Amino acid sequence: MYTETQVIRNNTKVTVDGALDGTGEMVINVGPQHPATHGVLHLVITLNGETIQKIEPHLGYIHRSIEKMSESLSYRQFIYVTSRMDYLSSHINNHACAMTVEKGLQLEVPPRAQVIRVLMDELTRVASHELWWGAMAMDLGAFTPFFYAFREREAISDIMEETCGARLTMNYMVPGGVMADLHPNFQRRVKDFIKLFKAKIHEYDELVTGNIIFQNRMKGVGVLSAEDAVSFGCTGPVARASGVKSDIRKLYPYEIYDKLEFDEVTETAGDSFARYMVRMGEMHQSIRIIEQLIDNIPEGDFQAKTKAVLKLPKGEFYTRVETARGELGVYIVSEGGTTPYRIKYRSPGFSNLSALDHMARGSKLGDLMATMGTLDLVIPDIDR
Amino acid sequence: MFIKEYISDVYKAVKSLLTGMKTTGGYFIRPGEIITQQYPENRDQLNLPERFRGEVVMLHDENNEHACTGCTACELACPNATIKIITKFDVSPEGKKKKALDTFVYHLELCTMCNLCVEACPTGAITMAQNFEHSVFDRSKLTKKLNQPGSKIREGVE
Repeated sequence: MYTETQVIRNNTKVTVDGALDGTGEMVINVGPQHPATHGVLHLVITLNGETIQKIEPHLGYIHRSIEKMSESLSYRQFIYVTSRMDYLSSHINNHACAMTVEKGLQLEVPPRAQVIRVLMDELTRVASHELWWGAMAMDLGAFTPFFYAFREREAISDIMEETCGARLTMNYMVPGGVMADLHPNFQRRVKDFIKLFKAKIHEYDELVTGNIIFQNRMKGVGVLSAEDAVSFGCTGPVARASGVKSDIRKLYPYEIYDKLEFDEVTETAGDSFARYMVRMGEMHQSIRIIEQLIDNIPEGDFQAKTKAVLKLPKGEFYTRVETARGELGVYIVSEGGTTPYRIKYRSPGFSNLSALDHMARGSKLGDLMATMGTLDLVIPDIDR
Repeated sequence: MFIKEYISDVYKAVKSLLTGMKTTGGYFIRPGEIITQQYPENRDQLNLPERFRGEVVMLHDENNEHACTGCTACELACPNATIKIITKFDVSPEGKKKKALDTFVYHLELCTMCNLCVEACPTGAITMAQNFEHSVFDRSKLTKKLNQPGSKIREGVE
C-alpha cells in the first residue's frame, strides 16, 4: 500500500510489493486494524530498510462529529457524549464540561460535590494509568502484566459501578455538582482499594520496571526534548517526562486542587522510560490525593440547585482540566440560548500524536511500539 | 574492566528476569488470590449494585398501576430520542378531559444509559434496571413498550 501524496510528491512509481521505485524506500501501513495502535489509528510509515523515514498519521476512522452533535443538545445533554471521547478518563471529560457550564451560569458548586469530583477524577486517573501500564507492556510482548493491571483496575470499576451506575461511561458529573450522592459503601471500598494498591504496586516494578529487556527497549527510545514538547503542544505525562511543568492542577488549580498536597512528577530524559516513570509516579500521587480526601468529605448537598432549563449568557467560556493524558480544554460559544452555538474540545491526544513523527524519525520500526505505547493514545480522543 | 562490567550486567539481567518470574510464579502456589470469574456459569450469583444502569423500566405496583403522567419530561431530557411518549385523553365520570399515558415507547437500541430521563422524571415513574443481557437476533425486538397492558395511573399522582 502507499499514499497518493507520497507518490505525487516523489513522482515515483510504486511496485507491487509497496516499494517506491528508485528511492530504496518502502511505504507500509500500520493500522487501522492493528493491535498496537489501540484503536483505529492509521499510520503510513515510510521505511528505509528498518529505519523510519517518516510517519503520517491518518485520522478520521472513528470520527463521530461530537462537536457538531453537541450543538443540537442542551447544556445538560451534551455532557454524556464526552464520556465517549477519552473513554478512559470519562469522569474528567464530564468534569471539564460541567465546569464550563458552571462558569457560564456563575454557579457555586457545594464543597461536598467538589470533593466527590476530585476523588472520582483521581480514581479515574489511577484506573487509566493502570490500563495504560498493562496495554503498554502487552505492546512490548509481555502478556501477564495486563492481567495484573486489570485486577486493580477492576476494583476501581466496581467502586464506580456502585456509586455512578456504570463502569466506563459514567455521566456522573452534572452542571452544579454530581448526579447522585456517594454510595454508603464508597469510603470503605476506596480504603480497601488503597490497601490493595499499596500491597500490589511492588509487583509492577518487579515485573516490568526492573526488567532488563523492558529497560533496554525503553531507554533512549523516542526522545522528545523540552523545546519540542512545547512546540508540538504536548501536555500531560508526555510533556512532564521532558521536564516541562504542565500540570493544570498545579498551574491553574480548579475545584480544591490548590488545597491539596501532591507533587508534580517530572523527569528530564524525555525518552520512553521517562514517560513510563512519570505515569508510575502519578499513580502514587493520585493515591496520595485520595488518602487526603477520603476521610474528609464534607457534609452537605451534592448538587447545587439549578433551573430545569439551563441557559448560558451570550459569550465565550473556556476551562481546562488535567486528564490522565494531558490538558483537556472545553470552549463553548453561547448565543444566549439553550444549546451551545459552538463547542470546541482541545484534546490532549491530538497534540501528543503530532509529536510522534518527530520522535520516531530515524529509529527502528520495533522502537515505534515503545514510543507509541508511552504516548498513551486513545483514538476516539484524537478523532472525536 | 570490560569483562567485569559485562559479567555484572549479565548478573543483573538474570536477576531482574528471575524477580519477575518469582512474582508470576508466586500466584501458581497461591491459587486463593485468583479473582477470575466464570461469567456465564456464575449468572445466578451475579450481584449487581442497585444503581447499575442496564435498561429503563417503568415501575408498576401490585394493582398494575404506574406513576407516569405522560408529561414528556423524559422525552425532552433524552439526548438520543430513545423515548417516545404517546398520550391519550381520559374522560372522567364528570365529563372532564385529562391527559394520560397511552404508550411509553422505549428504544433500547438507541439508549446510552445516561440516566438523564430518570433524573428528569418528576414523579419517579421510571428507573434503571440491572438487566444487562440485551442481545437479540432482530433489532425490532429492542423497541419496547414500558407500560404494562391494562395498567393505569396511580390515584393521587399529578
